[in-house]
Amino acid sequence: MSGMNNGNLVEIRDLRVDFPNPSGFTQAVRGISFSMGREKLGIVGESGSGKSVTGRALMRLLPQAARVRAEALRFDGIDVLGASERQMRTLRGGRIGLIMQDPKYSLNPVMTVGRQISEAWLAHNRSGSGGGGKREARDAALTLLEQVRIRDPKRVLGSYPHEVSGGMGQRVMIAMMLAPNPDLLIADEPTSALDASVQAEILKLIEDLVSARGMGLMLISHDLPLVARFCDRVVVMYAGQVMEELPARDLHRAQHAYTRGLLDCMPSLSKKRARLPTLTRDAAWLERHA
Amino acid sequence: MSQLPMIAIEHLDVHFGSSHVVRDISFSVAAGETFGLVGESGSGKSTVLRTIAGLNPGWDGRMAVAGQNLGPRRDRAFFRRVQMVFQDPYGSLHPRQTVDRILAEPLEVHGIADAEARIARALEEVALPHTARFRYPHQLSGGQRQRVAIARALIADPSVLLLDEPTSALDVSVQAEVLNLLSDLREARQLTCILVSHNLAVIAHLCERLAVMQGGRIVEILSEAELRAGRAKHSHTQDLIALSYELEG
Repeated sequence: MSGMNNGNLVEIRDLRVDFPNPSGFTQAVRGISFSMGREKLGIVGESGSGKSVTGRALMRLLPQAARVRAEALRFDGIDVLGASERQMRTLRGGRIGLIMQDPKYSLNPVMTVGRQISEAWLAHNRSGSGGGGKREARDAALTLLEQVRIRDPKRVLGSYPHEVSGGMGQRVMIAMMLAPNPDLLIADEPTSALDASVQAEILKLIEDLVSARGMGLMLISHDLPLVARFCDRVVVMYAGQVMEELPARDLHRAQHAYTRGLLDCMPSLSKKRARLPTLTRDAAWLERHA
Repeated sequence: MSQLPMIAIEHLDVHFGSSHVVRDISFSVAAGETFGLVGESGSGKSTVLRTIAGLNPGWDGRMAVAGQNLGPRRDRAFFRRVQMVFQDPYGSLHPRQTVDRILAEPLEVHGIADAEARIARALEEVALPHTARFRYPHQLSGGQRQRVAIARALIADPSVLLLDEPTSALDVSVQAEVLNLLSDLREARQLTCILVSHNLAVIAHLCERLAVMQGGRIVEILSEAELRAGRAKHSHTQDLIALSYELEG
């Protein structure tokens, strides 16, 4: 890649995001730093911890009113905060793909699946390798649907989003995001709207595709054990800050009380408990730490 | 069972137009018991719950609550006895009504006096601050909204609570609080509950017995102890258990 960024696909240093409220600003992200290469990084935290906002900030997808500041916010060496709109358009949906929670809302309901994938393919192939015709785009869409393991890709190509199941919709979404051959995939709660069995299948699919294509994956989720299973590294966020960063396989050895609390409060099939321990939030977690 | 069950379902079938979504299911729930319904989306578990609550008209079979057979239409006494909590508290609370108004409605419907004190007590029971009383749903967090939905269900003193994925839209930390709240309330009020969830760990935590559904049928009914010990007979149950352990890590 561009060589001057020591192999980091994403570099975030002291990122701060504030949203205006009637009496000033709400601090959604309060000085977080981490970097990632072509690896699988999980970002975990409760709602409101700032995990999604972090992903959106990297794509510059936050509303205009949001105040975004950072010492460094770089994607493959490109300064996201200083980039032109034109440059951002090659990143968004091109070099960075975003998969959101519910395919019901992120797919266009009045456009066939095939047209949506072709559109993504055309939008990002036009500029580069000698363009591509509609026919080519359709072939690409078909290949992509095969890659996301849809059994009858020809039929699905002509279907509308409401005609496919939730799991299938998410596969379509993934196919669409893979069309421009991105370097980084940001998956924001990609399986929370799906059944447990479908959830495992979709995550396995994402994992396989990411490994096979050598992409980076940023998996944003509130489900700590799930993320640990599919990622190499986990960043734990609370109230806009990083509490802890650790290798996924060491999750059960997590040090931070917040991480431990999140793990402990889940009901479990293997151990029976009359009451679930609830999270006691320590005011010290809110204090600024470097 | 020598005692009359609180809820008895016999040979229930539900049709949506030409599709047959619940097929010949039977189970009963004793007074004070919590019974779980698990299965994947489309297995019919929520449909069973909604049919008991009177939200689906097209059913056949026999359903009885507290010994009284349910007909095609439910009377007011039924809704006083049976209440439901839905998955998404944002979708189930009126967006333009304050919490006070939301909680006052069931009292008006059932002609229950003493609204002022009851609403205050209901908020306290679900551990919501007094300040929440005059807020709108969008001003509350997801967990607080679900507490409002639970308070609304309980305010008219029902004996049966139907819970449809009550915690799956919540953070795990908030889920723990809501599950603890449900166990406390169940104990304090001697509630009979049916809990629908796709999460086996949540079902095992709250329920004494559960039914596993697939394709509109109950494939197996087992106890919590059998579930935890992995003593399931049906392959679908075994698959669900294996998956649950796998995701637990």
